[in-house]
Amino acid sequence: MASKTANQSTVPFADAPINQSLTAGDKIELLRQMVRIRRFEQTSLKHYHNDSIGGFLHLYIGQESVAVGSISLLGENDHVITAYRDHGHALAVGMGMNECMAELFGKATGCSKGKGGSMHYFAPDKNYWGGHGIVGGQTPLGAGLAFGVKYKGLKGCCLCYLGDGAINQGAFHEALNLASLWSLPVIYIIENNGYSMGTSQARSSAFPKEGLAARAEGYNMDWDKIDGVSLYEIRAGVQKAVERAHEHCRPTIIEILTYRHKGHSVADANAEKYRTKEEIQEYMNKHDPIEFWKNTLIGEGVISEDDYKAINKEAGAEADAAAEFAIKSPYPDESAIFDDIYWEVDNNTEAGRTGRHFFHG
Amino acid sequence: MPREITYREALREGLDEELAHDDNVIIIGEEVAEYNGAYKVTEGLWKKWGDKRIIDAPISEAGFIGMGIGASMLGIRPVMELMFFSFAYVAFDQMMNNAATCRYMSGGLINVPIVVRGPANGGTNVGATHSHTPENIFANMPGLKVVTPSNPYDAKGLIKSAIRDNDPVYFMESTVLYGMTGTVPSNDEIEGGELLVPIGKASVKREGTDLTFIAHGRAVVTCLAAAEILAEKHNINAEVLDLRSIRPLDEEAIMASVRKTHRAICVEENKPFCGVGAQISSMIMEQAFDDLDAPVLRITSADAPAFYSPPIEKLQLPSPDEIVERALSIC
Ligand SMILES: Cc1ncc(C[n+]2csc(CCOP(=O)(O)OP(=O)(O)O)c2C)c(N)n1
Ligand SMILES: [Mg+2]
Repeated sequence: MASKTANQSTVPFADAPINQSLTAGDKIELLRQMVRIRRFEQTSLKHYHNDSIGGFLHLYIGQESVAVGSISLLGENDHVITAYRDHGHALAVGMGMNECMAELFGKATGCSKGKGGSMHYFAPDKNYWGGHGIVGGQTPLGAGLAFGVKYKGLKGCCLCYLGDGAINQGAFHEALNLASLWSLPVIYIIENNGYSMGTSQARSSAFPKEGLAARAEGYNMDWDKIDGVSLYEIRAGVQKAVERAHEHCRPTIIEILTYRHKGHSVADANAEKYRTKEEIQEYMNKHDPIEFWKNTLIGEGVISEDDYKAINKEAGAEADAAAEFAIKSPYPDESAIFDDIYWEVDNNTEAGRTGRHFFHG
Repeated sequence: MPREITYREALREGLDEELAHDDNVIIIGEEVAEYNGAYKVTEGLWKKWGDKRIIDAPISEAGFIGMGIGASMLGIRPVMELMFFSFAYVAFDQMMNNAATCRYMSGGLINVPIVVRGPANGGTNVGATHSHTPENIFANMPGLKVVTPSNPYDAKGLIKSAIRDNDPVYFMESTVLYGMTGTVPSNDEIEGGELLVPIGKASVKREGTDLTFIAHGRAVVTCLAAAEILAEKHNINAEVLDLRSIRPLDEEAIMASVRKTHRAICVEENKPFCGVGAQISSMIMEQAFDDLDAPVLRITSADAPAFYSPPIEKLQLPSPDEIVERALSIC
């Protein structure tokens, strides 16, 4: 853990080439992205509590460094897919707060036209393939995106995120075997926040003492384990896997240690029962990735405390404006219920006009 | 004063009594033990019965349900909770192939006394993957039973019967109903000392003379509301028949009601294609055609995945108003 007066020479992994190449502006941009994610979610939480948002809301607060650090390494042929805790990845790939916030409010201007909600953000134009609700269900898709990249002869990869609980789904293990057997450029990032809902890692998973990612050895796959508090460490570690994927078309599993400050979802009534208040406080006070990066940058003389305040304020205003946008946006039209089910019907093709497709009424 | 408890409490009581009744009954599922259940159905049971009987599972539905099927072959009676019945699709092979066909393939040497239970409903804005209503899908498979209680009394009586049943029973609840209260007599008020509702017996939830609503699960509640509107505003006296189980299906009760009222509307929150109402309306046509004064209608959820947006998802599900309107079209 770096002290509050961290400076460039004492922060581990600052000297990795991928981090050396960052300009001061890049570093500030990374900070801004993490802060934007946090402010977006804090604002969404407020509106969840005043009943403007329904269903589930799984917050990423505390884990922002994972999405921001890893996605900062990607280029035009690299892809991203994750589970339901997907707001951070969405903003990190460049989705706008407006469309994301409006989706939470179930509005027609949402990124999925109000059809998906919090768990289902998508932006194919930004190589972002969701936003998936069935635990582990996205992991074969991640292998598939990597397959597609390889098939097309492109130098690229897929970052596929999953939780520490998701590693116990059969689909994930089948995907791992395929990824290694067929040499697919997929990188599985296990965001290990210690819990799957109320179940600790120790109560949900059998794994070697080296950690969850070490299961990769059974599939003849490379793996790594990273402390997620530091963007430098995440970037240095994930970069190795990206190179492995790009240069050798080989998969990797990376376990990134992180922590969610809030409950599993906003509805998690037990968030302070299965973990102690002290544990949560400890992570919030000493392992918050935003605090850590802010202090790193202050230590390096890249920003001042006032600069940070300005970034925070700006992000807060952006989130409030997004909520305003969401509130003012219209709900979808009832007729939208039957759109977006079949491509052929939506596009009014001959196939879409042949035979009866819908059976209501 | 008759005793009023919630649907959730009724289920819990039923589970608790069966844990006491038979040492081989165990509960397995995600967050069922230490967390007290994602929807608090199993609250307190781990504390009372301990690690051996109430088991928290990792997120491995195919694994733990398959394991339960295997254990049941040795006489264990696992009750497995799916946090959402939608997650059954992760365990589809175990639930459709292994649970349903081992008995047949072994020429009757094996039986699989498992219960898989959990909420199977839309209407809570949790999106397309968490809002499935697969009662018709599982009822399609001979060897499986599908039970869908609509109220606390039936929930308790049916879960107890499901656990005692020697075949696989898929028990579909509703997150919307968990907080519903209803009369459930305590055991000392019941002849025989316990509440057992047989699987395969429908129940008339409202007597009527002019048409029959045939429904299951939460659709029963919607039909009862529609029936009140029809009585108050339109002088139509509707009967509401609660199927309680989809397979086995109480064919006799369906035909008896149709022969009495001469009109039938099947109402379900399931999707229309090959839905439960499709099976029932074809049976009515075959067996009670001459008794009908109007075509049998079906009311279902919209034929689309569940829409997240709260005001729009509401429109996808059958409502009392829609039911009234369709009823007026044939009365
Ligand atoms: C197949 C399936 N089973 C169960 C669930 C319910 N569920 C949603 S998230 C979750 C916990 C997942 O924990 P983890 O993988 O560690 O991810 P985290 O929530 O910590 O990000 C559970 C049990 C689900 N959505 N899908
Ligand atoms: Mg987790």
